[in-house]
Amino acid sequence: MAFHLRPDAPELPDFSMLKRLARDQLIYLLEQLPGKKDLFIEADLMSPLDRIASVSILKQHEVDKLYKVEINKPVLSSSEQLCFLVRPRIKNMRYIAHLVNTDKLAGRTRKYKVIFSPQKFYACEMVLEEEGIYGDVSCDEWAFSLLPLDVDLLSMELPEFFRDYFLEGDQRWINTVAQALHLLSTLYGSFPNCYGIGRCAKMSYELWRTLEEEEEGETKSRRPEIGHIFFLDRDMDFVTALCSQVVYEGLVDDTFRIKCGSVDFGPEVTSSDKSLKVLLNAEDKVFSEIRNEHFSNVFGFLSQKARNLQAQYDRRRGMDIKQMKNFVSQELKGLKQEHRLLSLHIGACESIMKKKTKQDFQELIKTEHGLLEGFSLRESTSYIEEHIDRQVSPIESLRLMCLLSITENGLIPKDYRSLKTQYLQSYGPEHLLTFSNLRRAGLLTEQAPGDTLTAMESKVSKLVTDKAAGKITDAFSSLAKRSNFRAISKKLNLDYKAELTLAQRQPFAL
Amino acid sequence: MSRTKGDEEEYWNSSKFKAFTFDDEDDELSQLKESKRAVNSLRDFVDDGDDDDDLERVNWSGEPVGSISWTIKETAGNSGPTQEGREPKNRNSFSYGQLPKPTSTYSLSSFFKALSDTPAKSYAPELGRPKGEYRDYSNDWSLCDTVRRLRKGKVCSLERFRSLQDKLQLLEEAVSVHDGNVITAVLIFLKRTLSKEILFRELEVRQVALRHLIHFLKEIGDQKLLLELFRFLDRTEELALSHYREHLTIQDPDKRKEFLKTCVGLPFSAEDTAHIQDHYTLLERQIIIEANDRHLESAGQTEIFRKHPRKASILNMPLVTTLFYACFYHYSEPEGTFSSPINLKKTFKIPDKQYVLTALAARAKLRAWHDVDALFTTKNWLGYTKKRAPIGFHRVVEILHKNNAPVQILQEYVNLVEDVDMKLNLATKFKCHDVVIDTCRDLKDRQQLMAYRGKVDKGSAEEEKIDTILSSPQIRWKN
Repeated sequence: MAFHLRPDAPELPDFSMLKRLARDQLIYLLEQLPGKKDLFIEADLMSPLDRIASVSILKQHEVDKLYKVEINKPVLSSSEQLCFLVRPRIKNMRYIAHLVNTDKLAGRTRKYKVIFSPQKFYACEMVLEEEGIYGDVSCDEWAFSLLPLDVDLLSMELPEFFRDYFLEGDQRWINTVAQALHLLSTLYGSFPNCYGIGRCAKMSYELWRTLEEEEEGETKSRRPEIGHIFFLDRDMDFVTALCSQVVYEGLVDDTFRIKCGSVDFGPEVTSSDKSLKVLLNAEDKVFSEIRNEHFSNVFGFLSQKARNLQAQYDRRRGMDIKQMKNFVSQELKGLKQEHRLLSLHIGACESIMKKKTKQDFQELIKTEHGLLEGFSLRESTSYIEEHIDRQVSPIESLRLMCLLSITENGLIPKDYRSLKTQYLQSYGPEHLLTFSNLRRAGLLTEQAPGDTLTAMESKVSKLVTDKAAGKITDAFSSLAKRSNFRAISKKLNLDYKAELTLAQRQPFAL
Repeated sequence: MSRTKGDEEEYWNSSKFKAFTFDDEDDELSQLKESKRAVNSLRDFVDDGDDDDDLERVNWSGEPVGSISWTIKETAGNSGPTQEGREPKNRNSFSYGQLPKPTSTYSLSSFFKALSDTPAKSYAPELGRPKGEYRDYSNDWSLCDTVRRLRKGKVCSLERFRSLQDKLQLLEEAVSVHDGNVITAVLIFLKRTLSKEILFRELEVRQVALRHLIHFLKEIGDQKLLLELFRFLDRTEELALSHYREHLTIQDPDKRKEFLKTCVGLPFSAEDTAHIQDHYTLLERQIIIEANDRHLESAGQTEIFRKHPRKASILNMPLVTTLFYACFYHYSEPEGTFSSPINLKKTFKIPDKQYVLTALAARAKLRAWHDVDALFTTKNWLGYTKKRAPIGFHRVVEILHKNNAPVQILQEYVNLVEDVDMKLNLATKFKCHDVVIDTCRDLKDRQQLMAYRGKVDKGSAEEEKIDTILSSPQIRWKN
């Protein structure tokens, strides 16, 4: 993210328009309910909302108090007008219905407004009707679908997409994707070149074209600012998502959790007794230089920068009045800013190093490399076994198992049974359900007899040479899912050796 | 209404009241009859509940009405032509027995004017709503248009798709559009208007729609229908898992245990059945241990509970955690008790590796080094003791270090690490000087030993030892 500018690269489109649109839309919806009101926000929407409309803007539009939607917790608001900003989920409908019906029983009437983001689903309306409150609440849609997280990164902030589509096969969000694309093409011109891979990609593309055709003639003449668009289904490449992160930005996410482009640094990082919320994007000059660097380089880089900064400060010793005045007015602010950012990032680095050393990160990386390259299989498997036995982390254990499964085209039945049993013993018997879900999603499977490596490999290498460029082929996507990861990486010449040498430099040893 | 028919006659034929005037020259009696009929029908309208809508749709035709309900049905779709001239709220002023005063908004003369004006068999023309809007409320959209409207989130009644063929075509069109919201909307309608056998049968061959139905049922919590669906599709494993999933909603441990018992007989695969059985057995055990220990703790007599009060209940914890707990609080108990670690090991067939690891962690936490020792000591057939570990001694060392074991203990175990490099690494990491020194000597590595000399305390016994070794003429250093 935040590519390094090439001199001949075209200007990036101005994506801040998306934020403004979303904010204006929300304000319009809030004003439909004039007067003081309390706003209930779903947890998932809090971070995006923060990026789009700050609390002060909300207050300007007569939002009195802000609450989080918490199922099974009593509602403490005493306002006469309640506004709910939620995702279109049944459990939210039941929450609202419970509130309204409780009010009804107590003989209390208030005004209720439900704002669905990004859209309302028929199932939700059905539940509102069932619960007898359809006529008591007014419903609106806040069609915010794209949030700019950085100058070159837009996010739909829809984490449930993965589970809904890839696990349950529910296509409810495909319309949302199509709408987002439609918005982009309306604002920035229709994209002339489209490529894609995967079933969901195909469906989204088709639905988007349908939308475009329905509203012909609006933006035909616009010169497109976005030239190419690539649709990629996540399940085309699970491996990337399953590997541990080793660049600075990734490790910050791993350690502190980056939400909507910002992160909460606690007191141990800020070296004060307060925590600080920091926006991490291309505007942070320090961050933009180290974000994509391998972690082993980062600490050295930051120390060097700190030394440079100190040298610049020290320059003021030899200055006369005029120079000093210049220094203070022009440079000092920038230096102070840089200093502040530097100390934050150095603090973050320290936290990360402490945590990772404790977790035996080196061993983990080594094992992952083994899995990617396809060597030391037994060692990797016994590392995973130990990882489970020691109850290190339920998510990390699963991550490793899934990585093993995908790179090896499924676990051998003996390993599958024994690792599953150990996992259930270490982390809880109810994870029987977890294993069933992972199997359904294709993340953690058992090799069927006949799925030997060599057979799959030859099948896939034949297919990969077929250049179906520009066409979206179902055949490839269905086979790709079951295909041998190793065959593909060989064909694409993916090289993990560079990573390996960096890791071997042992950045996390004390 | 209190008036009888007789009263009506009297009312209308008495001379106290003025007769109505008509514009045309019809016979007075027949006119009166007409007006009587009209007023009667009006009275029924007035009395027919407080339904404004019905009133709005009154048809003022002069057609002799067979029954009021027929008239109402006929005029159901029309917007009343005299809508503008009437205010439903004021109909109360038009109570039977009272002549409407000229000031009343229900001007009877205009009422009858309309009656006589319209030809006998026609209905009032449609007025009021523009044609487009009217169509908006009817169901004349084609299949494609219906689906398009659904996709845009508009109000759309699907009621007109009554034949099975129509319903299935609607479903297929929805699926071809790819929008899950539309597919679910159609399924909601089908679920309501089709028997479940038919619905299941049709969805069995439509995978996309089937997935949406399953997800929908899961989301609204219609467990009963979901299980029936799985049974119909013969998806035994999903049926079993879906039933088992319910246990997460049961909070009370005893109830949950009973529920788990019912899950054991479900059509799981052989391994999964064993897992479910273990789950049940584990919870059963935990309930017993929890009750017992809570009693012991509150009695305050047991030392271990006094020194290390329990931070949480053992209920619903994983097996390994339960084992750790047993090794912590009940280590020395004989095999026969429910809370003895050996008993747990035997019941759940916990492998040696796991057992040793957990027991080590528990005993190290309590700083019970003798117990740790005993874990690894085995007697061979000659009676000599030897230390062995199924988990690798480097692990043992790490766990000991994590629990702040004294250096002598650490040293002992570092020495047992077989791989020399690892041994050196660990010894250096944990400052087991003697081990480092000895290993360097064994490796004949002078450089490393000299480098290490700088790390030990000045004037310490270790420094002396290093000096002695370095100056020893018997060692043939390799560097």
